Amino acid sequence: MNTAATTPNSAAKQSSGVPVIEMIGVSKWYTPEFQVLDSCSTSVQKGEVVVVCGPSGSGKSTLIKCVNALEPFQQGDIFVEGVKVNDRATDLPKLRSRIGMVFQNFELFPHLTIMENLTLAQRKVLKRGKDEADAKARKLLQRVGLSDQAPKYPGQLSGGQQQRVAIARALAMDPVAMLFDEPTSALDPEMVSEVLDVMVELAREGMTMMVVTHEMGFARKVADRVIFMDLGAIVEDVPTEDFFGSPRSERAQLFLSKILSH
Amino acid sequence: MFSNFDFQVIIDALPYLFLEGMVFTLKLTLLAALFGTILGTILALMRLSGVWPLPQIAGTYVNFVRSLPLLLVIFWFFFLVPFIAQKIVGSPRPIPIDPFLTALITFSLFEAAYFSEIMRAGIQSLPKGQVAAGYALGLSYPQVMRRIVLPQAFRNMLPVLLTQTIVLFQDTSLVYVLSLNDFLGIAGKIGQRDGRLTEMYLFVALVYFLISFAASQAVRRLQVHTAIIR
Amino acid sequence: MDKVVDWFSIFWQESAEGTGTYAYTLLLGLQLTLEISVIAAVVAFVMGSIVGVCRTLPSPLARRLSGGYVEFFRNIPLLVQLFLWYFVLPELLPRDIGMWLKQVPYSNFYTAAFGLGLFTSARVAVQLSAAITSMPRGQKLAATALGLTTRQSYTSVLLPMAYRIVFPPLTSELLNLIKNSSVALTIGVAELTQSARNMDSYTFQTFQAFTAATLIYLALNILVTMVMRRIEHGVAVPGMLVAK
Repeated sequence: MNTAATTPNSAAKQSSGVPVIEMIGVSKWYTPEFQVLDSCSTSVQKGEVVVVCGPSGSGKSTLIKCVNALEPFQQGDIFVEGVKVNDRATDLPKLRSRIGMVFQNFELFPHLTIMENLTLAQRKVLKRGKDEADAKARKLLQRVGLSDQAPKYPGQLSGGQQQRVAIARALAMDPVAMLFDEPTSALDPEMVSEVLDVMVELAREGMTMMVVTHEMGFARKVADRVIFMDLGAIVEDVPTEDFFGSPRSERAQLFLSKILSH
Repeated sequence: MFSNFDFQVIIDALPYLFLEGMVFTLKLTLLAALFGTILGTILALMRLSGVWPLPQIAGTYVNFVRSLPLLLVIFWFFFLVPFIAQKIVGSPRPIPIDPFLTALITFSLFEAAYFSEIMRAGIQSLPKGQVAAGYALGLSYPQVMRRIVLPQAFRNMLPVLLTQTIVLFQDTSLVYVLSLNDFLGIAGKIGQRDGRLTEMYLFVALVYFLISFAASQAVRRLQVHTAIIR
Repeated sequence: MDKVVDWFSIFWQESAEGTGTYAYTLLLGLQLTLEISVIAAVVAFVMGSIVGVCRTLPSPLARRLSGGYVEFFRNIPLLVQLFLWYFVLPELLPRDIGMWLKQVPYSNFYTAAFGLGLFTSARVAVQLSAAITSMPRGQKLAATALGLTTRQSYTSVLLPMAYRIVFPPLTSELLNLIKNSSVALTIGVAELTQSARNMDSYTFQTFQAFTAATLIYLALNILVTMVMRRIEHGVAVPGMLVAK
């Protein structure tokens, strides 16, 4: 399946048929005066890793939440594997179950154990049996290095551990793509790397990923493309090397100089 | 000052007071709390549904009920329920309904308004991301509510729901105005009969105090307990 | 239209009590409801403030006394409390005082007003002390560091802010108080709910009588909410959140 993506930037992925995610002229207004997204267009091919960055309030979180219709938008179209997201006839739960999402604040369900967090949607949405769901959950917990935490509750885990569980929870649905909404920005600095390591490994295995993040090291390491947003618009959408080599827009240059000086 | 007190009156009345009166009071309290919570949760979900006209209906009901004195509501229901029963059954004249049942309907519908505000606060206090995370996993609206939102809202609000139930326990004493046989009602009747209202009312106050106080201490302990888990 | 006029005509009939129309009976009831509520609100505010502050003082005695006060008034039904004050208290006092108490004119009215005030004061005390303890510890420390005495730090630093914090819950306590004043009918005060019942028992126009009382309570509720919101905005500290 994922033959294309063992190394980043391989040209093969850029041209592999129907994109996993395609956005065409997406615009969104909170109020008639306040526009948060301004005709954003881009696409993510199978196996591609795209990092979305930009100053706070630039609309990047809103943009990826539009992909699985957590945020409604008023103009434009989004397709996931050719299925139109903004179509009343689309079965949204089914579409969402095919896209994993990782949130800034983890959003594990505090009243459920780690195990139950991983199996709830498998059983209720994918209708998997208990044994199958448990086995899948165990495998993924092992993968993120948290096998021994299964019976605990989210509140008993550190932030970094919670976020790794959240990634495992999303992966348990066998998604075709993963969305990450600032997955490390609510973490204490010493926990950032344990989460990024899991994400890097995921990218190397060929997962299709759209990642909103300020972690430029991560972007440089695994991203195929970088999207830079400002004031609700996509200002740059270029291969990673080009973005770090010579960003074309002044705003991106300014942003990079601020971010990288830290 | 207790020299001319007749404690024998209380002792003689104990079986009647508790086996009849307190059973009535507790049954009414617990059943009304149960139905009130269920109805209240439905009202809260309607209110937050955003599907016209459900929020308007629920909001109007809750605000309407909450601006009326419970006593007036009790009078309303004891007047109306026989007529409503008449309509339902299609009988030629109002049907007398069992006073306990009428009281139960009254308190359930009245308390539902208060319980719904508690559940609404509980639902709204959850981080918005919880709902988003549920949807992102592909859960449907009923699944998100049933599996993620309501269990958490209910657990977080349990101390408040129980405190409201203690208030309800005390409020049931108002059926006194209809001379029903609740705890206070029976004590009043015995006190009147034997000319010993002072003793009976003091005893009633003491019993209400002990039960409410013990219950509220238990709720407080529960609150500390859940606070640690979270 | 005629039907509507018909429906309302009952209110303009002379009441069986011979004191005017039934509409007038209801207005007298409303007046009693308002009078009880005003007295009770003052009692609740004053006693609630004193007890609420005591709950936050370092002195263990003040805490224990105020704690007992709150538990007493919170854990006995309002109706039973009124009975305690009205029927039981005069019997427990020395004979002369008890006899005198029973003969005070309008004793049921005053019992209802003060009883309701004390009942509500416990709830006010809880709200107020919660507001005081919820304020950053630094506030008290800063006041003390400036050389203010405990008394001064309460009156000029803690309470002014605490009252603003408790304003919304106090508004709902006031609304509760007005509703609870109907319990006064159990000791024979013909307040609004009771006057609707009186009208009902003379005319058998139950529906009209109760509807009228219901509408008056609704109007009262809306009016009080609006006035309190006005005041809340009037005393709001710039830069602090106020509900819209």
